[in-house]
Amino acid sequence: MGELEARSPCDVLLPITRGGWTLSEVDTGRITSIAPFAGQEAALSGALQTAYGLGFPEPGHSAEADGARILWSGRRQAFLLGPEPDAALARHAAVTDQSDGWAALHLSGAGCEAVLARLVPLDLRAEVFAPGCTARSLLQHCHVSVTRLDDTGFLILGYRSMAGTLVHELDTAMSSLAARSGA
Amino acid sequence: MRINGRGRVDRGRALSFTFDGRRYSGFAGDTLASALVANDVKLLGRSFKYHRPRGLLTAGSEEPNALVTLGAGAASEPNARATMVELRDGLQVRSQNRWPSLDWDLLALNDLAAPFLGAGFYYKTFMWPRAFWEKLYEPAIRRAAGLGALSGKSNPDRYEKAFAFCDLLVIGGGPTGMMAAHRAAEAGLDVILCDEGTVLGGRLLSEDETVDGQPGADWAAAMQRDLAAHPKVRVMTRTTVTGAYDQGTFGALERIVPDAEGAPLECFWRIVAKRSILAAGALERPVAFAGNDRPGILLAGAMRAYLHRWGVVPGRRVAVFGNTDDAHRTARDLAAAGVHVAAVIDSRTDAKVQGDFPVYTGAQVCRGAGGRDGVEAIRIRTPRGEESIAVDALAVSGGWNPSLHLACHMNGRPDWREDIAAFVPRDGMVPGMTAAGACAGAFSTHGCLSAGAAAAALVARDLGRTPSDAALPEAEDAPYRIKALWAVPGRGRAWLDFQNDVTVKDVVQAAQENFRSVEHMKRYTTQGMAPDQGKSSNVAALAVLADATGRGIPETGTTTFRPPFVPVSIAAMGAGAQGMGFAPRRRTTSDAAARARGAPMIEAGLWYRASYFPQAGEATWRQSCDREVGMVRNHVGICDVSTLGKIDLQGPDAADFLDLVYTNRMSTLKPGRVRYGLMLREDGHVMDDGTCARLGEGHFVITTTTAAAGAVMKHLEFVHQCLVPHLDLAMISVTESWAQFAVAGPKSRDLLNGLLETPVDDASFPFMACGPVRLGGVAARLFRISFSGEHAYEIAVPARYGASLFDLLVARAEAMGGGAYGMEALNVLRLEKGHITHAEIHGRTTAFDIGMDRMVSAAKECIGKTMAARPGLVGPEREQLVGLAPQDGRSALLPGAFLFAPDDKAERAAAQGYVTSAGYSPTLGAPLALGFLRDGRARQGEVVKMVDHLRGAEVLCTVTDSVRVDPEGGRLRG
Repeated sequence: MGELEARSPCDVLLPITRGGWTLSEVDTGRITSIAPFAGQEAALSGALQTAYGLGFPEPGHSAEADGARILWSGRRQAFLLGPEPDAALARHAAVTDQSDGWAALHLSGAGCEAVLARLVPLDLRAEVFAPGCTARSLLQHCHVSVTRLDDTGFLILGYRSMAGTLVHELDTAMSSLAARSGA
Repeated sequence: MRINGRGRVDRGRALSFTFDGRRYSGFAGDTLASALVANDVKLLGRSFKYHRPRGLLTAGSEEPNALVTLGAGAASEPNARATMVELRDGLQVRSQNRWPSLDWDLLALNDLAAPFLGAGFYYKTFMWPRAFWEKLYEPAIRRAAGLGALSGKSNPDRYEKAFAFCDLLVIGGGPTGMMAAHRAAEAGLDVILCDEGTVLGGRLLSEDETVDGQPGADWAAAMQRDLAAHPKVRVMTRTTVTGAYDQGTFGALERIVPDAEGAPLECFWRIVAKRSILAAGALERPVAFAGNDRPGILLAGAMRAYLHRWGVVPGRRVAVFGNTDDAHRTARDLAAAGVHVAAVIDSRTDAKVQGDFPVYTGAQVCRGAGGRDGVEAIRIRTPRGEESIAVDALAVSGGWNPSLHLACHMNGRPDWREDIAAFVPRDGMVPGMTAAGACAGAFSTHGCLSAGAAAAALVARDLGRTPSDAALPEAEDAPYRIKALWAVPGRGRAWLDFQNDVTVKDVVQAAQENFRSVEHMKRYTTQGMAPDQGKSSNVAALAVLADATGRGIPETGTTTFRPPFVPVSIAAMGAGAQGMGFAPRRRTTSDAAARARGAPMIEAGLWYRASYFPQAGEATWRQSCDREVGMVRNHVGICDVSTLGKIDLQGPDAADFLDLVYTNRMSTLKPGRVRYGLMLREDGHVMDDGTCARLGEGHFVITTTTAAAGAVMKHLEFVHQCLVPHLDLAMISVTESWAQFAVAGPKSRDLLNGLLETPVDDASFPFMACGPVRLGGVAARLFRISFSGEHAYEIAVPARYGASLFDLLVARAEAMGGGAYGMEALNVLRLEKGHITHAEIHGRTTAFDIGMDRMVSAAKECIGKTMAARPGLVGPEREQLVGLAPQDGRSALLPGAFLFAPDDKAERAAAQGYVTSAGYSPTLGAPLALGFLRDGRARQGEVVKMVDHLRGAEVLCTVTDSVRVDPEGGRLRG
């Protein structure tokens, strides 16, 4: 038999541009969940530092170095985005491959907080939710992880199976906002 | 009538619109109300109960009379207030609550029957006979009384909802609010300023006065430009704050600028603010006198608003009636605009009025006379006697009520201030809220500007900022000088609540009939209810009540002001959730392929799963289903089972944890093996079932049913975090990460061995084995488990390869005489094997009931074990899982039907059980079912009667074992 063909969650759906905002799918590389075992927090952080130059993130925070991003994803849990997980991590933490479970979306454009304000019940003002801040929240009815990448861009991770709904919700918010502002 | 040289409409842009089919024109900047005034249209609607002809009373969102329906067909919108509708070209408007037409309304007969329709009439009149209420009286009353009607069609318009956050929310953009917002922003606070008007300015837009040496409206426009350009301020016009809720959260409704193509009509905001300043201004109140509801009788402030803002006046001979100096402005302004002022009637004997018009002090208007086209004359009562004055409009003012509704939304009660004869908010009614300006009783422009600045300074200091102490702009500071006047005595109906048709007499009657508490009076008369919430009528009504009960106004108190402050469309609150927006749609990786094969989809939780895969020549779903079942029993079938929950558990204590949550022992499971597991709720009833695979020493993957995946995850997190936090493990859902397919049937292994890099056999991969495999260049997981009862596997690949693998598996299966199968066939296959789903473990059944009590390990504890042993949960009195077969071998069995002894009457008390799942087994060539029957396991071979009262079916059945095909399980292992 031949090779199995890989398909991304938003395959035919993205990118889209509405007004000044663009929604595109991003290849985050591998996504690995890391959950420290009891008493292993410091050792885990050490192993992460050694492997990627990143510590285990505080709740609500993420960090980036050398093509690797680590973001808080829940109680005693973080997602490592980018590289293959270092073998040392599994000594200190439960490690699972989450790469295929998530649709990774990049929403960008000046003032794109206004788009998310239609869907996400979080205070995303830049002075409150600065670049690097991350949260698990809702996007309309979908569970998501939202991370501010920079002044004009967010990374949104949503369930792969809900990719169609996620894109639809964001498209609706982007279009109606674009229509309002006459963009 | 349009007055030349007045108003700020754009006379260069004429707009055409229709009202009840007649064409009119207005200008850009007009509201529907001002455009109708310009066209001398006075009659705008019929009242709620008596179908009285009504015209405009106000110029703002508090309008109780001029409710109209906009548009036509599915997008039509009832109950729009004409005063808030921005005129646009081509607008279609219809009047409401009339039949057959506004001019000739048959239900105006209600008005003639008014003596019988007073307060509480339906409590007294429609008492008997009892059954008539629902069938006759209520429908008739509902038809007669009412507002506009919905189109009955699905609304195609777009709506939006949104969230906003700030340090300070300023509610109202008049002089108080603008000043507060500006000062707070200058002090460094993040400010949101909401105003329901199209531009900021509040009363400055409706008065002829100067601020800082320039016309008030110009000053407001300049201030709005400053605020809009300020980086710390977000100005939200057309936005009414509708409610104050816990923790600094406010609801607000934004009306979107008309004509923006593709834009939503409204946006419902939830605004979270650290502090708020209520600068909502004041609402003028009418005086009650006989016939005060005639079209053409407006509030004095509204009359000035129409003149100054839109350059229109609703009459040619206008009288003014009031009890404050403020009312005199109306006469002065009208006269200055060249309108004939027929009289000024001031109820105060000491009033000083100057102007070129007749003045009556110490006088009252005691009757408004006229027909449905409006007021024609007023009768006034002076110290020298009564006289009539011909007028075609009357401006009335009984003073102003601070607009304190929002301050009362959290159940606080306001304070009475005798000097302004009005209620004002008390501090702390809404935590973090400061009321300032007219809504706190400061009625001069200077008073408002300084109150706004002071409130901003207070908030700034409170939030650790230094307030600005810049000088205030100069503005008028005229005294108010009110002498309270609520109702003019006399014969005839004097209206208090225009929207709910409540008169002075109704309130007095309520008091006489002992509904003396203000809350009882409200319910007895309906005063202050519904969208209006008594904006124009509350204070006057309770003053009348106070008078009738011999108490003071503060002792009488106010009724509850409820959110929303203005009506909010349900469509706005539920924006995005219409139709398919109600819930997210979860699609499997085989979704597109299944649809391409014509498979109808069914919902399982949020997931969509293929029901069956129709082939050419198949006319019914049963034909497809029977073929698919046969395919699995004889060849090989492929089914997407990715929707089952998959939870990854890792850690040194993972095995102990699973022993606690499953009834059976998982710690003895060897790596590379799978075990079926049953979970109980804490109350001892079955929660879910599934498989538990041990991938490594401290590494498990368990599966849950599709619908219970979230509930099981929540349960496991609860048990870990709250009951056994000392156990060292971590869990995470991997449902989305893996696409998983059942490969079932006698040829399943042949199919897989054609794909796997290393083939499997019985020795290396026996029943209930699991392990890593490779196919198509991809690392996968293989499980030898079976829901169909056949030799079967489930193969899981990373989800990105799911679509590709499904296509491949189905193609291989079809080449072997098999193919894809859907939920219908899956259901029949499991019914034949007596496997349970949530149709059986529906929340009220125990392990004993489903015949799995032996799976509750005696050697260890588990969640629910103790509670499952309670008396009444075990024993012959329980309804137990059984199979059912129709005695005639062909009658369909129906889920939901009840079971009875053959000779018993099919009544509730005689019921012995019920059917949970049913289908037709092509393998057995007969219908079959699962159900619960009292002491059922001991009754195999007995005959019971299945009765479906809903569908009218009655079938005699034989009780069987729940497993009907291959009870020994030879096919599983073969």
